[in-house]
Amino acid sequence: MEFRTFVFYFLSAILVIAGLRVITSRNPVHAALFLVLAFFSASGIWMLLQAEFLAIALVLIYVGAVMVLFLFVVMMLDINLDRLREGFWSYLPLGSIIALLMVAEMGLVLGGNYLGLFEAEVPQTSADHSNVQAVGRLLFTEYVYPFELASVILLVGIVAAVALTQRERRQSKAVSPSQQVFVKAWDRYRVLQMPAEKKD
Amino acid sequence: MLTLSHFLILGAILFAISVVGIFLNRKNLIIIMMSIELMLLAVNMNFIAFSHYLQDLAGQVFVFFILTVAAAEAAIGLAILVVLFRNLKTIHVDDLDSLKG
Amino acid sequence: MEMQKLYLLVPLAPLVGAIIAGLFCRVIPRWVAHTVTIAGVAISCFASFLIFRDVMAGNTYNGPVYQWLTSGNYRFEVGFLIDQLTVTMMLVVTFVSLMVHIYTIGYMQDDPGYNRFFSYISLFTFSMLMLVMSNNFMQLFFGWEAVGLVSYLLIGFWYTRPTAIFANLKAFLVNRVGDFGFILGIGLVLAHFGTLDYAAVFAKAPELAGTTLQLFGKGEGVALMTATCILLFVGAMGKSAQVPLHVWLPDSMEGPTPISALIHAATMVTAGIFMVARMSPLFELSDTALSFVIVIGAVTALFMGFLGIIQNDIKRVVAYSTLSQLGYMTVALGASAYSVAIFHLMTHAFFKALLFLAAGSVIIGMHHDQDIRNMGGLRRYMPITWITSLVGSLALIGTPFFAGFYSKDSIIEAVAMSHIPGAGFAYFAVMAGVFVTAFYSFRMYFLVFHGEERFGRAAAPHGHADHSSPAKESGHAGSSDGHDEDHGHHADDAHDAHHHGLAPGEKPHETPWVVTLPLVLLAIPSVIIGYVAIEPMLFGDYFKASIFVDATAHPVMKELAHHFHGAFAMAAHALTTAVFWLAALGVALSWFFYLKRPDIPAAIKERAGWLYTLLDNKYYFDKFNEAFFAGGARLLGRGLWKGGDAGLIDGIIVNGSAHFVGWLATMVRLFQTGHIYHYAFTMIIGVFVLMTLWVTRA
Repeated sequence: MEFRTFVFYFLSAILVIAGLRVITSRNPVHAALFLVLAFFSASGIWMLLQAEFLAIALVLIYVGAVMVLFLFVVMMLDINLDRLREGFWSYLPLGSIIALLMVAEMGLVLGGNYLGLFEAEVPQTSADHSNVQAVGRLLFTEYVYPFELASVILLVGIVAAVALTQRERRQSKAVSPSQQVFVKAWDRYRVLQMPAEKKD
Repeated sequence: MLTLSHFLILGAILFAISVVGIFLNRKNLIIIMMSIELMLLAVNMNFIAFSHYLQDLAGQVFVFFILTVAAAEAAIGLAILVVLFRNLKTIHVDDLDSLKG
Repeated sequence: MEMQKLYLLVPLAPLVGAIIAGLFCRVIPRWVAHTVTIAGVAISCFASFLIFRDVMAGNTYNGPVYQWLTSGNYRFEVGFLIDQLTVTMMLVVTFVSLMVHIYTIGYMQDDPGYNRFFSYISLFTFSMLMLVMSNNFMQLFFGWEAVGLVSYLLIGFWYTRPTAIFANLKAFLVNRVGDFGFILGIGLVLAHFGTLDYAAVFAKAPELAGTTLQLFGKGEGVALMTATCILLFVGAMGKSAQVPLHVWLPDSMEGPTPISALIHAATMVTAGIFMVARMSPLFELSDTALSFVIVIGAVTALFMGFLGIIQNDIKRVVAYSTLSQLGYMTVALGASAYSVAIFHLMTHAFFKALLFLAAGSVIIGMHHDQDIRNMGGLRRYMPITWITSLVGSLALIGTPFFAGFYSKDSIIEAVAMSHIPGAGFAYFAVMAGVFVTAFYSFRMYFLVFHGEERFGRAAAPHGHADHSSPAKESGHAGSSDGHDEDHGHHADDAHDAHHHGLAPGEKPHETPWVVTLPLVLLAIPSVIIGYVAIEPMLFGDYFKASIFVDATAHPVMKELAHHFHGAFAMAAHALTTAVFWLAALGVALSWFFYLKRPDIPAAIKERAGWLYTLLDNKYYFDKFNEAFFAGGARLLGRGLWKGGDAGLIDGIIVNGSAHFVGWLATMVRLFQTGHIYHYAFTMIIGVFVLMTLWVTRA
């Protein structure tokens, strides 16, 4: 067994076990951490496939941002774990039957057309080939329009997340410009007339 | 010797695991979302494998966009979850039935 | 004036009158309505006379006036065919119509619907002229339906009377049956000839004479000509009231009397006769159709005459006589003596219009009592009416030298010489018909104008509430039960201001000049028209261009001409024939029965009760129609209503689909649990199914 194959099997084993633990662990924090592990191993496998940029991006985006978000949320919420685990195993037979059938079918779908076609190893590219450079060139030339759209989607995601979670604070001193422009002088002061004090 | 089918089968197994995950953790929104992330990972795995074996970078660009959208989706999904919890004091799926007639 | 403009003037002048009197009937005074319409008809009549002179000079015309529409190769036009046949009809129609217009001034003077009535009869004149002047089948059909419409409107003129409404509905429905056949016939013509133009159709007819139609796939098939002619004749049967589609005509007497004269005696009902004569080139090609025509005509001529014997309503007697005479015309058609049929049509138009108008005059004199058992001895009070009625009756029974004699005798001669299958029976029927006609005509005449004065005795403000007593006194076997109520004459309404019948002691009076003038004017042609016209019309070249007779196959006219030695000789010779003596016998017998020994008819009625019942029920045609056709239609309608509409459409299709959707929604609703994981499962299973389909695709 050559080294690359060994690495593949090693990382795959970790990936599958981590995936299984994600769906079976009692504690959501553990699930999140196993998911992090799964992403790391997937990243390694992508390295094998010479997708260095995406491997790094996966670690940075998922592990660095998304999973941290998950952990924050899990820890912020006060979850009744026992209630969430009710009837946990009752759907296992149905789920696993469907899952197995799906795997078999995927094998059939792909097998008929592709599995035999790509038996041969693809020649490795030379060491000085830069995957990042190639993907970057593609992204900023041919896919520049979808790229911009993706940035808009991210912006929308940020705005939506902020807008959803923001709460009006009662002690906020923020002013409303739309109301401010309608202010009249009479709203701000009033003239009182008081009887003058008698002189002694 | 690594062939395309190795990676495709790995992707299929990951996908199946996440399907089972949705079935098992049907009451737990957070785990469901994690299962979805796992599903996307399986899909991405297939994309990258094909991209590599076809020597076509378009597959990787696709994965890039999937990652982007998935990040946005996770952010919004979790935000909704937080709002939900703040209002209902629960994220139990059985309690989220106000749409039921 | 250019002749084409004159042709247009003939139908349009009455139309203008009808429109003015109709649209403004609420605002214009009565004298405007009758002046306008009479002027229209008078112009039309005068123009017809000019055209007649022109045609006699040899100028016929056949051409389109206006192209209505083109559809593929078919052209639908409004056009005029002006020849001897047309112009004869035009003269008859406009002249009788003019007489009736004038007469109406007197007859309808108390009626609130005066202007409306004038509008209708002018509209009728227009429709009838369009019918006779047509040069194509479509315009013929237009006129055909238009006269039917006006007939419907006029039968129900007193629309507040239930009997009138039933009568016009009946006329409408029965005519629909006939028109169904008629339009099928026109459809056959259009399908096989490719045109509706008379001239083109007639020109093409001989080459299609051998064509047969396969109705039910295999078999012998029916000759195209036979099918077409019989279908067209079914239309004529409806319009001209031939057995078994005659049932509407007696009931149409619900309409005002001028209408009975104009539409239901002189003109509209003869449209069928005219049509068959016009189609003579087609009918000549089918012996089967001619046999059918002659048998139907013979049955109508004889059996409808019998019914006239027992009627007590003066108008109904004349109506059955009309049916019988229409039967004569049809027999003549069947014997290929088309010109004789048209000749009889013309003479009949004059004397039958005269008889009807005279009957109307009697009705006015009797204050709208129509029961002849309540009359008698009227000749002293209504001399002009008496004389003109006598002239009409004599013409009707075929007294030599009168108009009816020449036409009727020619028909009998023609039938005698015809060799068409059925001609033997027809000959018997028309011979017997002569006797019957004479009997019932003079029964009515004697009961009305002679004998003791029976009016004013039954002090019945409403006429026939208790006319059983005059029935007994008159000695005539009258039915006092049910029968008259069924057809209630002038019951109630419309003439509420009047008593029906004469009050005790009151005497009938002669009618005003507007009524008697038309009587006199009609009496003149009733006497002389036959003598004048028989030679040119039947044996001259008059109809040569418009009526086609296959002289070798049906040599009737040739043989008739062979025996003809002048009008005077014909009349003189008639005194020695059986026909004349049969008529004389009929007159004598009715005189004996109804003036000398009024107890004999009652005795006969006692002895032959079943025969009387049969006649009284008019051979049960109405009962049969009621039970079979109306009952069947109601049964079918109820079946369709209950089963088709309520059951299938409402029950299954409308409510059923609503219930199904409701049930489906209840089922589907169970899937909408509101649980996210159920939706997730559904999606996953959906993906799984799609994948399975993908795998098993090829």
